[in-house]
Amino acid sequence: MSENSESHSGPLAVELHGISKSFPGVIANYAIELMVRPGTIHAIVGENGAGKSTLMKTLYGMHQPDDGTITVNGHAVQFKTPTEAIAAGIGMVHQHFMLADNLTIIENIILGAEPTDNRGRINFGVARERIEVLMASLGATFDPGTNVSELGVGQRQRVEILKVLYRGAKILILDEPTAVLVPQEVEELFETLKRLVLDGSTVIFISHKLDEVLTYCDEITVMRQGTTVAHTTPAQVDRRTLAQLMVGSDLPDPSGRETEVGEDIRLQVLGLNVASEIPGAKLALQDININVHSGEIVGIAGVEGNGQFELCEAILGLRPKLSGTISVGGNELSGSDTRTRREMGLSYIAFDRHREGLLLDSPLWENTFLGREENATLTAGPFMKNRSIEADSRVIIERFGVLTPSEQVPAFALSGGNQQKLVVGREMASNPKILLAAHPTRGVDVGAQSAIWDELRIARDRGLAVLLISADLEELIGLSDRILVMFDGHITAELDPNTATPEMLGTYMTGGEIVTSL
Amino acid sequence: MKSQRLQRVLVTSASSLLAVFVALCICAVILLITGKDPIQAYSTLFGAAGDIKVLQGTLNRATPLMISAAAVAIGFKMNLFNIGVEGQMRVALLATAVAGAAIDLPAPLHILFSLVVAMATGAIWAAFAGWLKVKRGVNEVISTIMLNFVALSLVAWAFKSFFTADNAPGVLLAKTKELPPSAWFPDIVERRLNGMFFIAILVLVLFYVLVWKTKFGFQLRASGANPGAARVTGVNPKRMVMISMLMSGALAGLVGMRALLGDVHAYQNNLAEQQGFNGIAVALLGRNHPLGIFISALLFGYLGEASGRLQLEDIPKEITTIMTGIIVLAVVIINEAVKRWDDKRIQHKAALALATRVVAE
Repeated sequence: MSENSESHSGPLAVELHGISKSFPGVIANYAIELMVRPGTIHAIVGENGAGKSTLMKTLYGMHQPDDGTITVNGHAVQFKTPTEAIAAGIGMVHQHFMLADNLTIIENIILGAEPTDNRGRINFGVARERIEVLMASLGATFDPGTNVSELGVGQRQRVEILKVLYRGAKILILDEPTAVLVPQEVEELFETLKRLVLDGSTVIFISHKLDEVLTYCDEITVMRQGTTVAHTTPAQVDRRTLAQLMVGSDLPDPSGRETEVGEDIRLQVLGLNVASEIPGAKLALQDININVHSGEIVGIAGVEGNGQFELCEAILGLRPKLSGTISVGGNELSGSDTRTRREMGLSYIAFDRHREGLLLDSPLWENTFLGREENATLTAGPFMKNRSIEADSRVIIERFGVLTPSEQVPAFALSGGNQQKLVVGREMASNPKILLAAHPTRGVDVGAQSAIWDELRIARDRGLAVLLISADLEELIGLSDRILVMFDGHITAELDPNTATPEMLGTYMTGGEIVTSL
Repeated sequence: MKSQRLQRVLVTSASSLLAVFVALCICAVILLITGKDPIQAYSTLFGAAGDIKVLQGTLNRATPLMISAAAVAIGFKMNLFNIGVEGQMRVALLATAVAGAAIDLPAPLHILFSLVVAMATGAIWAAFAGWLKVKRGVNEVISTIMLNFVALSLVAWAFKSFFTADNAPGVLLAKTKELPPSAWFPDIVERRLNGMFFIAILVLVLFYVLVWKTKFGFQLRASGANPGAARVTGVNPKRMVMISMLMSGALAGLVGMRALLGDVHAYQNNLAEQQGFNGIAVALLGRNHPLGIFISALLFGYLGEASGRLQLEDIPKEITTIMTGIIVLAVVIINEAVKRWDDKRIQHKAALALATRVVAE
């Protein structure tokens, strides 16, 4: 396949040159160079937050780059909307399916691009014919009259691809398409993609699963920290080198600690199984076993979406479990609601501070009060003690160095780093026994990051048990006493941060296995 | 930093005042188009303010508006849009008229009993919508609108079939059996201002304390502001939906009590008509705050009371209805515009304050 395309002398399918894109306070992409040759499956790999999605949104016209040029099939283009990108033959298959369950496959595919006769009626006959031709080329065998609600995950994805092809796409962007698939479905997906490429289409495949990339793709572009760092082919690299390119090789030494990890198990998770929200998909968590002792930070490494969110929700009692036990200080938690668990000393720095951490329109003092309504110094019976709450808020703001004119400012007015410090401050203010910290320093500046790390270390030395979920290897190695790797709903490895190497972490995080004896 | 809070209050009040002003201007144009003199119309309309009788009537008309706006606002605080106040009120009216006439109690107890029946039936009717949302995910806007139709028809049918009393000679309008005088809510000013006004004030005060001063009120507001954040702290969103629907319905039950216990003393078909719907407009103009609701209810009450005078000048009194409609539209548009401007202003100020502090350090 790649030999064919190398002899191909026509224009590139997609060429991005010098693309940069920044959002207020964050540079998401800079100096991007991407060359995708027609008739290839081109993988874009990188860690979460490396800027892959931002780049693909730029290509698909969902936002405009600040700088740089986009060339499609030899023509320079500027897409203002996805509609213009579609007109230029670019199609995007999103990670989260955008299908209407109660409509048939045909109806879903033609939605928004219905073939009509001259009286405005939908011509289903024409639609069905075209779809059947496309299905034959994909090797799909289902009846297009079926309701989408009856389809499995793999089939739904096939429908998404059909939707894009129906609109005339010759360049397909697939955003982490294998995240929700079981291995057999992954194989089927790539068979489909191979057929498409043979028919002259081009596929851009976003992934962080190195095995898939190395097995099925023709060319690879690696992204790290907002820019493209390498362009290579599976023939030129092995998975180890690729992992190294992805995570960068220079990692900090784990910081030494003077205190000892405690004896008692604060948090124990045994044989935990949790179902997925997507009907018919594999389990979100499978046979999870975790112990966190007092004064210990246990890191959970892994690419986002491999079960970390479900783990936190299950521990907090926000999501039902299928089986297994979760205990805090030896007390089994089944039957206790979230509030009770919090009062037992469980604290939570949520994954997304905007969605689950803050009341953005409310003043900071209400934000620092959130979840602490049972605190006797802040309330009297059913009433709030507003003066004490505001004073307490000022203490948190001072101690965690939240930069704000006052506690009366609404939370949306703060920068991301200060918002995060406020959330961390609130969760630590209740003197928790166990802290679930999900990406505690995500999207914050370097200063705020080291302040948050220091707070976590101090609390740990005082006996706090921390479950640290992160995709940031520096953070994991720098803070953790032990690192567990989560992949695909399983814990696939336990590593010592003193000996863990980036390659090892990269391999485990992307579903590989290390065969050499350690 | 109390000044920050004061600024927010000022900005909020200013945007509502602006909305009223814009509505007055638009209505002036409408008057001009129809060939009337807007200056004459407005001087007649607002010239009535000097009349003590008009002011008493204003308070009387504002009474049900305050209660129904509070019913709507308590839902709004939780991001619930209870459009069903009208239906909940209507069910409560008939139930209270029937139950109140069926028993005999000493005066204060009889009134209390009637109010409790009204709140309970209003809450039960609202509970249907709450239950549908919690258990089946039905949007409360849809279910409360639909339940309004059900309530109106059900009450009309039950009234006609079972509860119409034999008319006294000379009375044409069908009514239920009259409540005994022990259930009548006393007037403050004979036939002009009913004592339910104090109940309405009490409702607004309790509403303020509950929503802004208690833990429960905080959880309610937090669930409305960001359900995701409230959920991870252990606030059960479904429970909050149910409780706020019940409270909203209980207040809705009280809306018609001035008309029933304080005026007509029996159920009839047009009793307290539209007062549930008008509460939505009052809550919007009052920004769901008790003080704002109080002022807005007075304004709407005044417009209703003074509109009769326009007819004497050969100006259609419907102009005040048009005016209330335009006020509501203007409020929605102007509030949003002002909020965007104010958000930017606050963000800018916060950034500026930090910049100067960093420089100072």
